[in-house]
Amino acid sequence: MAKGNSEARTGWLLVSPPAVYTVLLLAAPLATVLIYSFLTGGKGEVGAPVTLQNYIDLFTQPVYRAVMWRSLTISLMVTATTVILAYPIAYFVSFHVSPSKKSLWLFLITIPFWTSYIIRVSLWRTILGYNGIVDSLLMGLGITAEPVNILSHGFASIVFTLSHAYAPFAVLPIFVSLEKVDRALLEAGQDLGETRWTTFLRVTLPLTMPGVIAAVLIVFIPTVGDYVTPELIGGGKTPMIANLIEVEMLKKRDQAMGSAIAVAAMLIVGVVSAAFVLANRRYLGGRK
Amino acid sequence: MMKAPGLRLYAMLYLLVLYAPILVLPLFAFNDASIVAFPLAGFTTKWFGEMWQDPNLGIALRNSLIIALSTATLATVLGIFAARSSVRYQWPGKPIVMGAIMLPLVLPEMIVAMALLVILLSLGVPLSIFTIIMGHVLICMPFAVAILTSAFQSLDRSFEEAAMDLGETPWSTFRLIVLPLVMPGILSSFLITFTISIDEFIISNFLGSGRPILSVYIFGQFRFPAKVPAMLALGTILVCFSILLLIIAEYFRRRGVARIGGKDTGGFL
Repeated sequence: MAKGNSEARTGWLLVSPPAVYTVLLLAAPLATVLIYSFLTGGKGEVGAPVTLQNYIDLFTQPVYRAVMWRSLTISLMVTATTVILAYPIAYFVSFHVSPSKKSLWLFLITIPFWTSYIIRVSLWRTILGYNGIVDSLLMGLGITAEPVNILSHGFASIVFTLSHAYAPFAVLPIFVSLEKVDRALLEAGQDLGETRWTTFLRVTLPLTMPGVIAAVLIVFIPTVGDYVTPELIGGGKTPMIANLIEVEMLKKRDQAMGSAIAVAAMLIVGVVSAAFVLANRRYLGGRK
Repeated sequence: MMKAPGLRLYAMLYLLVLYAPILVLPLFAFNDASIVAFPLAGFTTKWFGEMWQDPNLGIALRNSLIIALSTATLATVLGIFAARSSVRYQWPGKPIVMGAIMLPLVLPEMIVAMALLVILLSLGVPLSIFTIIMGHVLICMPFAVAILTSAFQSLDRSFEEAAMDLGETPWSTFRLIVLPLVMPGILSSFLITFTISIDEFIISNFLGSGRPILSVYIFGQFRFPAKVPAMLALGTILVCFSILLLIIAEYFRRRGVARIGGKDTGGFL
């Protein structure tokens, strides 16, 4: 017992510097944002009365609703695109690449993620924009006579750019879950008369659903709050939640409203994530 | 291995699209035309010279290096504390504390930035390079903890016990036995957090009150078409640099795995 106590004390002592740092710089700021969201703000001041008005405005005024709805749609589309495109890659690396080369493949897939996000997003602006690389290529090949300017379709270009930026994120968790699949089960499935395709649908896919859900969450969570892509690719005309928070906090100087949007964003992320996890449980539960 | 020509072709295409922007970067950085479009106009290195014409680049580069070096050091040191404590000791409340430390991984960065901004403004703390470092350490720490946790986990506890039996104190055991064995993990954590900090935009933009920081500078310059070729040149250098750092980090990570005698289980994440 005494040993247990001293071990707990050493553990606490060791973890205290990062824990205190997190409390001061993460917990306290988040608590402040939560409190601010129930106060009245404007002109850089926040104060009484305590109110729910920020949240009422947020869910009734069309301007706010449109932005929140757009963020949610864009990030769900990005999530679907990345995860569906990533699954075959993860499957290929796990099942068809020799074990000694798997690390190399994963390394190749993750490298683009570690290169500057700003540069990658800005590059898409140059590639897709008016008289940009795609336009010059299409016109040079005689496919179109006029610049297409893909960038003018804000919504679609944002979905495309974000899907590209988050692609590596989706591959890794799916790959990890595929690696854990017992290969003997697949042989058993085929011995029992399943085709390769039905074995995949009835054995491999259900077994790897946890990895798919992890991929969904890893892509969905940061894309809801993305700031750079709507700004650079959408040209500021297709704002998402993060851009709205900036406008409220810094341009309108209404920290209470800004805080309410931040809290709402965290709630949306939380609710959608929980929904995915629950849906997955039901899907797997229903198969037993 | 089973043959799957369709999947292999798909994998090749996937990699090609993934790398498209990075391949375009050097192509137009060395292109002798101020408009970024096909057809290519000829080879030049003038954009690499031109980017230095703007004195702000030097300032931004210096600021970013200060921020990234400080962030990488602080995040890795704090990460060592957290990872060591969570792997080696049992203590009540571990899931909550470790969860809180890892939380920035699943919070949209804008929310972390704005929450910090709100509290800094309300306390009257002036925005500076220091406030950017504070924010960067917060978002880099989870990565450091993740890398270091796996480094500490693959450590054989009997080495430590042997050292203690032979009369070493807990501290000298840590310094002489544990630290050298997890050193590859520490280096890898340092390089990864350095890379994240150099690339980070949102916190650098909102917590620095307009000081030139590399990522913020690039973001601003890309808005002027005339500046784009010089930015492509800068981007080429930065991408080469990132890839170099990553290869070094991967090298140390693998050496760490090999040194402890474990099995390689893949990449950083």
